[in-house]
Amino acid sequence: MTAGTAPDRPDRLTAALWITGALVFAFIYLPLAVVIIYAFHDSPIIAWPLRLGTLHWFADLAHDRGMLEAALASVKLALLAVAIALLIGVPGAFVLDRLDFPGKTAFRRLVLLPLILPGIITGVSLLTFFSFVGLSLSSGFPLVPGWPVVLGHAAALTSVVITQVFARLQRLDRAQEEASQDLYASEWQTFWRVTFPSIRTAVLGAGLLVFTLSLDEIAVTFFLIGRQNTLPLQIWGLLRRGITPEVNAAATVIFAVSVAVIVVWARLMREEA
Amino acid sequence: MSATERPTLLDFVRARPALQTAVAAVVPVGFVTVLLFIPYVLLLVHSFWRLKGGAITHELTLENYQRLFGTALYPNTILFSAGIAARVTIFSLLLAYPLAYLLAFKVRRHKQLMYMAVIIPLWVSYLVRAYAWKIILGQSGILNGLLASAGLIQEPLTFLLYSRWAVILALTHIYTPFTLMPIYAVLEAIPPALKEASQDLYGNRWQTFRRIVLPLSLPGVVAGCTFAFVLSMGDFLAPQLLGGNDSALMVSNLVWSLFGVAYNWPLGAAVSVVVLLMTLCLLWLANRVETAMNYGGQTVGVPRAGK
Repeated sequence: MTAGTAPDRPDRLTAALWITGALVFAFIYLPLAVVIIYAFHDSPIIAWPLRLGTLHWFADLAHDRGMLEAALASVKLALLAVAIALLIGVPGAFVLDRLDFPGKTAFRRLVLLPLILPGIITGVSLLTFFSFVGLSLSSGFPLVPGWPVVLGHAAALTSVVITQVFARLQRLDRAQEEASQDLYASEWQTFWRVTFPSIRTAVLGAGLLVFTLSLDEIAVTFFLIGRQNTLPLQIWGLLRRGITPEVNAAATVIFAVSVAVIVVWARLMREEA
Repeated sequence: MSATERPTLLDFVRARPALQTAVAAVVPVGFVTVLLFIPYVLLLVHSFWRLKGGAITHELTLENYQRLFGTALYPNTILFSAGIAARVTIFSLLLAYPLAYLLAFKVRRHKQLMYMAVIIPLWVSYLVRAYAWKIILGQSGILNGLLASAGLIQEPLTFLLYSRWAVILALTHIYTPFTLMPIYAVLEAIPPALKEASQDLYGNRWQTFRRIVLPLSLPGVVAGCTFAFVLSMGDFLAPQLLGGNDSALMVSNLVWSLFGVAYNWPLGAAVSVVVLLMTLCLLWLANRVETAMNYGGQTVGVPRAGK
């Protein structure tokens, strides 16, 4: 804040704003809190009143084979999606930043589509594609949860990598690269010693973001999944059958893991800023 | 690096910067073309193919679109979904704007942390957030429990869950952070000097808000509303989980069942294409409006929303 700004007097208008903000904040978090609290509910029926004080559901979860296999599949899928999205997205960001070619604008808009369109549109498009080329949805299973779903996640989430890395490249000081070249560094050396270190956190951050988004992805997954459910789909199946606090326990674990990843991501972003 | 006498493949590549550039460009462009462009085009093509005896034939036809617009179910569902999405958009905006304003102008300490706290749910827990409302609104849920123990009701209220309002409530909850993001971005970018200038000219806070802050934040509002509308219109899980007989069927649920149990991909593709075109029109329109509204954007350096 610049000097000379009078601090806001605590008055009714400001108070009303704070109260509204607090209520909206509560609206965003209360439902999540409810789910987490009910993970410790000591009854198989989720109902009021709440009876706290059991880890029973977490123990059930730890022995639920279907859930564990789904979790493993989800992690595999997310890791593969991250790997592919980075391999494609980082060069993609360079292409947008440094090359000119016919159709570049179209390329940029196309890349953004999966982020803006409802997931189901991207999901059914990819389904028609894989069916058209004849790639079975369970191909690659059990090594991977199925190549179509892996490629589908990668295709939908590459956009995240491209936008994040592109934003960083745009802010990059090109003089450093020129200095490196003036000192007779090859392009290769310049890239690894100068360019890459300055985009490293953006690349890492994008990877983490893709990881969490892939763990939570459901619309594209729905259409491309083969025999092995992912975690969100497994939970979806449970929700449809009638619910026990085991779902809440699973949700709590996923939430904790995702928040941990996001916190690491946020720290990376802040270091750079 | 190369210890061997013969040049390795790596040396070959290293000596050819043009080749490196070409490969670096062809890989991402090729990937995006094959896995995004072709699938979207293929969806369009499917919508013109004919379903004959349960199998898709590659004969071009308009009958999917004729059926789509000739059967009341499809246009009605699209309109119904748009109606739900419009309400979700309005509520999300009403909730997101004050919080974005508070975060941008009033929160001094841990501002970034608070902003992250609002945004995090967006990325982590779609299903959980939809499901939470089942626990809250259900017949033996928290709301009914609280009302009963307060003596306000004798019988549990059954209209809470499985209704269109449950869907609207859950979708508003899910997409409020989404609406907030671009609004916060534009508010953040308003130079404090502009607000101060207005105050120096004896503008009161209402005038400062109405004449300075609100107009400058409109591009963010448009971007946020577009997100909320498009994404809630395309949602199919929350309606299925929380919707009643009247509201479990949004347009995406139709697409889902046409591609699933009904196995009528051409018709499903036609419905998808209509949604896709509506979305693209809306995005184009929003883009135009944002550009038109960006008055002063050049002079005060307010960045375009959505960055």
